Amino acid sequence: MIWSKRNISSPSASAETVSMDTLMHYLLRTAAGLSATVVLLILLFLAFESWPALRHISLARFFTDPSWHPVEGMYNLAPMLSGTLSAASGALLLATPLGVASALFIAYYASPRTAGIYRRLVELLAGIPSVVFGFWGLTTLVPLINQLHPPGASLLAGILILTLMILPTIALTAHAALLGVPGEYLRGAAALGISRWGIIRGVALPSAKTGIVAGVMLAAGRAIGETMAVLMVTGNVVQHAGSLFDPVRTLAANIALEMAYAMDNHRAALFVSGLTLMLLVMALSGMAGWLGRSRHV
Amino acid sequence: MSETVPGKLIHFRRDRLVEWTVYSVAFLVCATFVWIAGDLVRGGIAHLSWDFLVDSPRDAGRAGGIGSVLVSTVLILAVALMVALPLGWATAALLAEYVPADSSFGLAVRYSIQVLAGVPSIVFGLFGNAFFSIYLGMGFSILSGGLTLACMLLPILISTADAGLRAVPDAYRLSAAALGISRTATLLHLLLPAAAPALAAGLLLGVGRAIAETAALLFTSGYVDRMPDSLLDSGRTLAVHIFDLSMNVSGGDVPAHASALVLIIALLLINVVAMRLAAGWQRRKMVSE
Repeated sequence: MIWSKRNISSPSASAETVSMDTLMHYLLRTAAGLSATVVLLILLFLAFESWPALRHISLARFFTDPSWHPVEGMYNLAPMLSGTLSAASGALLLATPLGVASALFIAYYASPRTAGIYRRLVELLAGIPSVVFGFWGLTTLVPLINQLHPPGASLLAGILILTLMILPTIALTAHAALLGVPGEYLRGAAALGISRWGIIRGVALPSAKTGIVAGVMLAAGRAIGETMAVLMVTGNVVQHAGSLFDPVRTLAANIALEMAYAMDNHRAALFVSGLTLMLLVMALSGMAGWLGRSRHV
Repeated sequence: MSETVPGKLIHFRRDRLVEWTVYSVAFLVCATFVWIAGDLVRGGIAHLSWDFLVDSPRDAGRAGGIGSVLVSTVLILAVALMVALPLGWATAALLAEYVPADSSFGLAVRYSIQVLAGVPSIVFGLFGNAFFSIYLGMGFSILSGGLTLACMLLPILISTADAGLRAVPDAYRLSAAALGISRTATLLHLLLPAAAPALAAGLLLGVGRAIAETAALLFTSGYVDRMPDSLLDSGRTLAVHIFDLSMNVSGGDVPAHASALVLIIALLLINVVAMRLAAGWQRRKMVSE
């Protein structure tokens, strides 16, 4: 069918062929334009829906109101923000060393066969749905923590589940960054008689640093935006956590919990927290992208 | 000489310590994975049967099966793919074949896709609720859930198809141009078929992402667990079903375990097929160059 006349473009071909190509070009351009507008639409609708709250409630009140009782007109988002940030930073603290060690294992320590199997396993871990992580946390992890220190559903459970969820992101991006280290650096260092850990610490990690940091930022974005798994294991009490064993509620979990019955200003306040999440994640992924680009320059 | 020997010993010991740490981290990750998988299989395998797969849920899901839930899942997935596939692949074709990498239009599209890839799923849920369910008046329906998912799938479909098209050797394009084949025909009959394994792998990744999604569907396709009559009916997906059983239904743990097992097995199958395709695609790429 390639040989049908319609598909041949030669100087003598009819104008029909040219218009076919132009048509195709415009069609593709329209599709690409549509795909690109999805982000704008999302931002537009988040802003549009949170506008009532931003107009009626001063920005400071989201931090200074006595509590989060939207029905009575009190909109303090600070405990939820602290819940989100403490869960995400706790998970990052745990997952970064584990993820980088996993990447080192794949890149430098394991035999090719073992490395392949381990990589597959990490990829499978990345594919487990968040609701399944949450369910496992609820049925296994929370009772275990409960034995240690009631009530079980706590910041700690959220941190542990989030760690499992973002570890694959960090491990796979760090591995990709380590693969990008030029072989002659490593061989040169080995020829100087530097020990294996010396090579990794002095040569491999510094030259893969930007890639690893970009991966950690992507993981941070994921940890901040994660909803279902965190919602299922953290207990969802609106409070500043005093210890790891206190229940907390994150911004994302708050949206998922209250969206079903929220009205008017309450609904708008939830969209404000959604907008906050979106801007946080955009800043993080923008920084990760910027790091990724500057690495190639 | 007397200084270097203890120095070497320290290095040797530190090397050993690091090696031991790295190995134990790898072991820890493997053990956790086995723990999770083992728990899910142990909790769900006894409840799994053909009847469970085809029956509709009764008594809020405590009894009966997941038949209607599976139907809703497939319908939502079909809506999402029908919208996202043409849009995503057309965008990828434009980015890979038609616009130069440094043109402002190409950069703008690429940047917005990159941002879209990072948007949290709960934000997609808010957007879908505000735009599809309320602004466009679709209500809590399979249609609005599917369209929300389509927005989520765009980045993954575009990036895989873009990479697949870029991996097609330039010799193909040059030969086609030398033969006087039009660009449209080159794209449709030569480049897209050559990139087909990558397109298929991306499609499967997208399917995997879609059936794992919960947060974006809570306020768009809703909770209703009966058999959907039309695309404008509300319907719950398997992931939402697991969430509802474990959080809102006391005594729902056993069916939740079984549903989670079904979901994981489906994802595993999709993953294996996608890996096969990706591996075959890489091998072919090496042969043809």
